[in-house]
Amino acid sequence: MGILFSFAVVIAIVLIVFAGVRGAGLNYLFAIIIPYLALLTFIIGVTYRVFNWGRSAVPFRVPTTGGQQFTLPWIKSNKLDNPHTSYGVIGRMILEVLLFRSLFRNTKAELHDGPRLVYGSEKLLWLAAIAFHYSFLVILLRHLRFFTVPVPTPIQFLEFVDSFFQVGAPLVYITNFVIVIALLFLLYRRLGMPQIKYISLPSDYFPLFLILAIVLSGIYMRYFDKVDIVGVKQITMGLVSFRPTIPDGIGIIFYIHLTLVCTLFAYFPFSKLVHMAGVFLSPTRNLANNNRMQRHVNPWDYPIKVRSYDDYENEFREKMKKAGIPVEKE
Amino acid sequence: MMYDGGKIIIGLLIFIGFSTFPFLFTMGKAVAKPEPKIDTPEIQKMVDKKCIESKQYMKTEHMVILNDWRDAVVRDGLRLYKSKDGRSFDMSLQNTCMKCHSSKKKFCDECHNYVAVKPYCWDCHIAPQEGT
Repeated sequence: MGILFSFAVVIAIVLIVFAGVRGAGLNYLFAIIIPYLALLTFIIGVTYRVFNWGRSAVPFRVPTTGGQQFTLPWIKSNKLDNPHTSYGVIGRMILEVLLFRSLFRNTKAELHDGPRLVYGSEKLLWLAAIAFHYSFLVILLRHLRFFTVPVPTPIQFLEFVDSFFQVGAPLVYITNFVIVIALLFLLYRRLGMPQIKYISLPSDYFPLFLILAIVLSGIYMRYFDKVDIVGVKQITMGLVSFRPTIPDGIGIIFYIHLTLVCTLFAYFPFSKLVHMAGVFLSPTRNLANNNRMQRHVNPWDYPIKVRSYDDYENEFREKMKKAGIPVEKE
Repeated sequence: MMYDGGKIIIGLLIFIGFSTFPFLFTMGKAVAKPEPKIDTPEIQKMVDKKCIESKQYMKTEHMVILNDWRDAVVRDGLRLYKSKDGRSFDMSLQNTCMKCHSSKKKFCDECHNYVAVKPYCWDCHIAPQEGT
């Protein structure tokens, strides 16, 4: 159900663009208004989500511990998987954000004959995730060549490296292949593995189909049904300089690609994709495990008026004496 | 009320900076669109001002044509190009293309620089001398 639904939504977006641009001539809507709205939704949405997370109290240190905790100086502690200092936390965050360390530590459980439960390492998911995320990053940065004049040297260098093998014309990018293979594997996980399929929801399938559609429409536009790229850059530069223009004769595939990207941007803050921002605010990653060294006071605690026994005795000492109750101070 | 507000706000500012980078980079400046010049003496001499294929086709497919030409000439020794409307051309960047489009700077580079494309034609070919 979820698979078909997610797939149908992506197809519907493509058809809407087709009808809107070819049929109704709504070029301005799809090339100018929707991109602006999508970017606004993206920025405001992600900021709102982060603010919301920031407002939640973290009353206690809840890091996941993946190694020996720091106890006594002569017992070797694991500084990265069980950090007790800020530097350790920074190291752990760098490994998490750049190398997906917790995913690398991921294990799988399999039921063999017997029945026998077997745990094993599961590195393929990590590999596909790394391949996908870094390809996506490179592709995103590469696209800055459409949004800047002059194009900054690092962006040109990135493109040079990505098209290093100089195959064909226009040059084939390495990331084209890597991202498609990675996405197909991630999709295969959800479609072909019964346990993963069982726990998958439309919100898992939709981003996969959407990103796959973006990638394929982009590849199709670059190598097969080519568009007037100078005209496309006039649109994008018009957008970023707030002087929107739309040259005639830009192929429909450009509008489809653009609207799919806008869908991704607008959908981002509402979906699991906000893990881009969320990873930085994960209490299980970004807190030092120093519960034994430092006292953490729950910020929800309201000040309680405490009355000590001394206080009590001071007030009632005379009466206690008269009643024959023993007192600590005479 | 935010916990660790300082760090979160710094992070958010970085995020907003990244996601609005093209806007900050351009700062609302108008960017001139490229104007490849097709008024070379050779083109003005032509009665029927036509490239080897239609303008629309050349716009999107010229790199494919050049790539095919290179393969045909260098690998197979074939030098004759039949255009869609039946005319014949010598497959040669320097002798056919650059004969009319004689200025690399005013023709090729106009658009290539605009979209930051760096074709490697001139790694092997000798770029034409530009008369200022």
